[in-house]
Amino acid sequence: MSDAPAQAGATAPPSGSCTESPLQRERAVTIYERSVAGRRAAVLPASGVDETPLEELIPPRLLRERSAELPELAEPEIVRHYNRVSRRNFDLDSGFYPLGSCTMKHNPRINERVAALPGYAKLHPATNPALAQGALELMWNLERALSEICGLPYVSLQPSAGSHGELAGLLLTRSYHAANGEQDVRTKVLTPDTAHGTNPASVTMAGYEVVKVATAPDGGVDLDDLRAKADEHTACLMLTNPNTLGLFDSNIGEITAIVREAGGTLYYDGANLNAIMGKVRPGDMGFDIVHVNLHKSFSQPHGGGGPGAGPIAVSERIEPYLPVPRIKRTESGNGAGPRFDLRSDHPASIGRLRGFQGNFGVFVRSYAYILSLGGDGLQEASETAVLNANYLLAKMREGRVGRYLPLAFERTPMHEFVLSGRAARKELGTKTLDIAKRLLDHGMHPPTIYFPLLVDEAMMIEPTETETRESLDGFAEAVESILAEAEEDPEILANAPYTTPVRRLDEVGATRNPVIRQPLS
Amino acid sequence: MAAEETYPEDLRYHPEHDWARIDGEEATFGITWYAQEALGEVVFFEPPEVGTTVSKDAAYAEVESVKAVSDVFAPLSGEIIAVNEAAQEEPELINNDPYEGGWMVKVKLSDPAEAEALLDVAAYRELLSD
Amino acid sequence: MSRYTSATDADREAMLAAIGAQSVDELFADVPADMALSRPLQLEDGLTEAEVYARLRDLAARNADTESSLCFLGAGMYDHYMPSIVDAITSRSEFLTPYTPYQPEISQGGLQTMFEFQTAMSELTALPLSSAGLYEGPSTVAAAGYLAINATGRRRFVVSGALHPDSRATLETYSRGYPAEIAEVPLSGGVTDAVALAEAVDDGTAAVFLQNPNYLGAIEDIEALAKVAHEHGALVIVSCDPISLGVLRPPGECGADVAVGEGQPLGGRLDYGGPSFGFFCARQEHIRRMPGRISGETTDADGRRGFVLTLQTREQHIRREKATHNICTAQALNALGGMIYLSWLGKQGLVELGELLARRTAYARRRLVELDGVELLHDAPVLREFALRIEAPVERVLAHCGERGVLAGVPLGAGDHPDLGEGSEGILVAITEQRSVEDIERLAVTLEGALAAHGVAGASDAGDAREAGVR
Repeated sequence: MSDAPAQAGATAPPSGSCTESPLQRERAVTIYERSVAGRRAAVLPASGVDETPLEELIPPRLLRERSAELPELAEPEIVRHYNRVSRRNFDLDSGFYPLGSCTMKHNPRINERVAALPGYAKLHPATNPALAQGALELMWNLERALSEICGLPYVSLQPSAGSHGELAGLLLTRSYHAANGEQDVRTKVLTPDTAHGTNPASVTMAGYEVVKVATAPDGGVDLDDLRAKADEHTACLMLTNPNTLGLFDSNIGEITAIVREAGGTLYYDGANLNAIMGKVRPGDMGFDIVHVNLHKSFSQPHGGGGPGAGPIAVSERIEPYLPVPRIKRTESGNGAGPRFDLRSDHPASIGRLRGFQGNFGVFVRSYAYILSLGGDGLQEASETAVLNANYLLAKMREGRVGRYLPLAFERTPMHEFVLSGRAARKELGTKTLDIAKRLLDHGMHPPTIYFPLLVDEAMMIEPTETETRESLDGFAEAVESILAEAEEDPEILANAPYTTPVRRLDEVGATRNPVIRQPLS
Repeated sequence: MAAEETYPEDLRYHPEHDWARIDGEEATFGITWYAQEALGEVVFFEPPEVGTTVSKDAAYAEVESVKAVSDVFAPLSGEIIAVNEAAQEEPELINNDPYEGGWMVKVKLSDPAEAEALLDVAAYRELLSD
Repeated sequence: MSRYTSATDADREAMLAAIGAQSVDELFADVPADMALSRPLQLEDGLTEAEVYARLRDLAARNADTESSLCFLGAGMYDHYMPSIVDAITSRSEFLTPYTPYQPEISQGGLQTMFEFQTAMSELTALPLSSAGLYEGPSTVAAAGYLAINATGRRRFVVSGALHPDSRATLETYSRGYPAEIAEVPLSGGVTDAVALAEAVDDGTAAVFLQNPNYLGAIEDIEALAKVAHEHGALVIVSCDPISLGVLRPPGECGADVAVGEGQPLGGRLDYGGPSFGFFCARQEHIRRMPGRISGETTDADGRRGFVLTLQTREQHIRREKATHNICTAQALNALGGMIYLSWLGKQGLVELGELLARRTAYARRRLVELDGVELLHDAPVLREFALRIEAPVERVLAHCGERGVLAGVPLGAGDHPDLGEGSEGILVAITEQRSVEDIERLAVTLEGALAAHGVAGASDAGDAREAGVR
């Protein structure tokens, strides 16, 4: 990539010229490069005690000789640095962000306000439960709400993200089979070939072997293949529904029955829960274990890659193995209201998956979101998410988009849908990557691309319920205009983007000769 | 810099897009032009250790591009007697010169008769055209 | 109620017409009727924003936070001052609302700050590699275990008895999956017993897990312990407190192969335990076994400097069942907060903070052991936290202090130190720059009163009187 000369297309400003945008002209400068010895921001309090030399308190051989290089700047320059750097990010508050499978819905700011209350933000995790009753009650209430939404009776909030929830679910499965004396025979986990990469990675970390189940021509699970593979060695089936194609598998009752009869547990990857809240529940589909991505369906901001949280809801038969500590609610009986406690006396538990109680700050935000919407509001959110996706699809069936980027599986999708760029590639010589890159020049975040793997040149689009009809129209129009451009001159797309702070980056060079920290003298 | 599409006459081919240059009881292995083209720019190649054995049709190494990992399959069985350290240092050799500078391992064959099952260039080209 | 959607009835009608559907329910036709939820979700009706605020404010008021109480709790998370710029910068929507930087051209802000973070963590630990951050402390310990298995092909871990109990428990949980077995090395004088370690490590040991300062606050001689582990080809994994690295010899200079830890002390919110971030640093040879995202420097098509996610073939989205870890969404915003804090503290500030903590902690330790019924659990050197043995029922003592607005410490029990019996008999006391000499005095007096009230002979009634005076 780096060897190729930049071939400017019709709308491309020549590089390095006065037509560079201000952000392009402002080359990346790290905070280390802004550092000047002796400058500082923090002023620490006086110790108030004897200034004993450190060597008298701690043996010198245990002490550091050379100070770690940290930036040296005064506060105004620190603020200016991070503000400048922040402008080199595109974000959800600035524009459409239809990243499939990621549920980039609006992040309500009331959630940030309540999460910052000192009673939460400054609550130490080792505080005696008797002095943290408000926090525990909040966690209990969130557990109950997620239990109702998922249709499963017990909840642990502990996992830190979706993939952490998956690992939890597989370790719960391991304990469940061990209790039945089957830990050595049930060694395989079934996942559809469309599964998100975290599923197989979690399977291996949990000491299991992946067995892939084929996808049927209609985009659902291939039932014959599932029947052939579900047997006495099956530990678990991991599935999303709607699946990674955005399709609801109407055979779900049969699918869960096959695996249940084979003796496996049923794991629901909640990445796509935003399609079905208040409409259908994983527990009612026959699942035992569900993880919920609070940073997807429940509006925790994505933070540039977290934090999230991945609570799990489980069935009766899985409950004994839930992670500890668990919240216990006791009626006080004297009219004083219930008491809450953290308990670890669950001998069959898989144990801990992390420190303390989980990503509590995320719980506060998601609980605020659930309180804001209420039961009917959550249902409306899912309905609108599905309506928006289908409306956008209808728009994208028209014109060049419909011709070059057809729906990969011809069925009514739920909250997201997957287009195939095969025709664009064959007929226009334009890759899905090129379309994605050109969208950047339109001030939009591209959809998820090249996933799921079984669709050629895949483009996975999830608009979410918080987008307006106009923004959906605008996206369809942008893709249409990009394809019109591609008909004229595919080189324009191949060299896009042109207006972003940097243009296409040399990923090959970055991998062959990795520079992953700043070299400092 | 990318190589032209070629499939030398003197090589034997494995359907997983690997080649073998057989010289008596020894052979050199690598991946074909088609394989490197499908993978894209190779950024990493980790050869197996000299002295380990490889089995026909089994993976013996991995090559990586920026966003894909691909197993490299042994066309024949035997013991590794040399590995291409230059390709480890400069993985682009696998793209630029897949049949010479981009070779991967040299093997002392345990069963030279296995070569009978490999494809000649005509058969391999036919496989590619399918 | 707040809904955050825009669709009006007219919008819905027009959109359904464009779709060619009669109703929204028609779009859910693939959901089998006998499975669909036939009743509304049994959740409260939605509230207005003001009502949500009031509800959550009332719940928050029922927690003893570090503004309403004097906090000496630590055990992995510490009440350091969080400078105003951390919140101000991390709440910018450009950092708060995007996702993982999959499109580098419009994610340079996130990628560059990851690169800066990696540089800072590499400097702190004196190890060349740093990932852009994992979830939090204890799960980074488990992630290091997975790296050790993959690097050595061995499946046996040896852990120090002074590893944080949550780290130990998390490693145990993960090890049932990997699988791996775990052996523990006891303590001697508050630190890991080097002789016992030498006996426990063998040629089948994948890794030795240490913590510095350890759970009891004691500073370990990592170099000596690492030497023992390396003699058997085991990796040395050190979980460390990042604040301590301003003054303590960094793990990379003591022979550690991997350094991990909890990032909250770097100006993060306590948040009742999360979200914070975990850091993961390692020697160069492990570059292809690192868990999590890594940002790397490169150039764009016009030669401008830029950053991309690199070495991605390690990760789950490409290598799937052979990935180095399953992590996808991590805790990037919190890691950014940590980097802002380190920028604020700066090169000198981190050293000064370490010195301040060492001196105040030494003072507090001396002051508290003056009390009748209080003695040191160990006399090893400490930096910011120390363990005491209490000759009274610890739960009652702590409750007594809590009622008086002092969170005196984290209880220690039989599993935490060989000298402690069943039930809680010790406490762990943490000092930060926010706990002044006067605060320490209030702790001493309150603790003295608690000991007097809960059965220590000889603790004078004067304790209660002085306690009243201080309050």
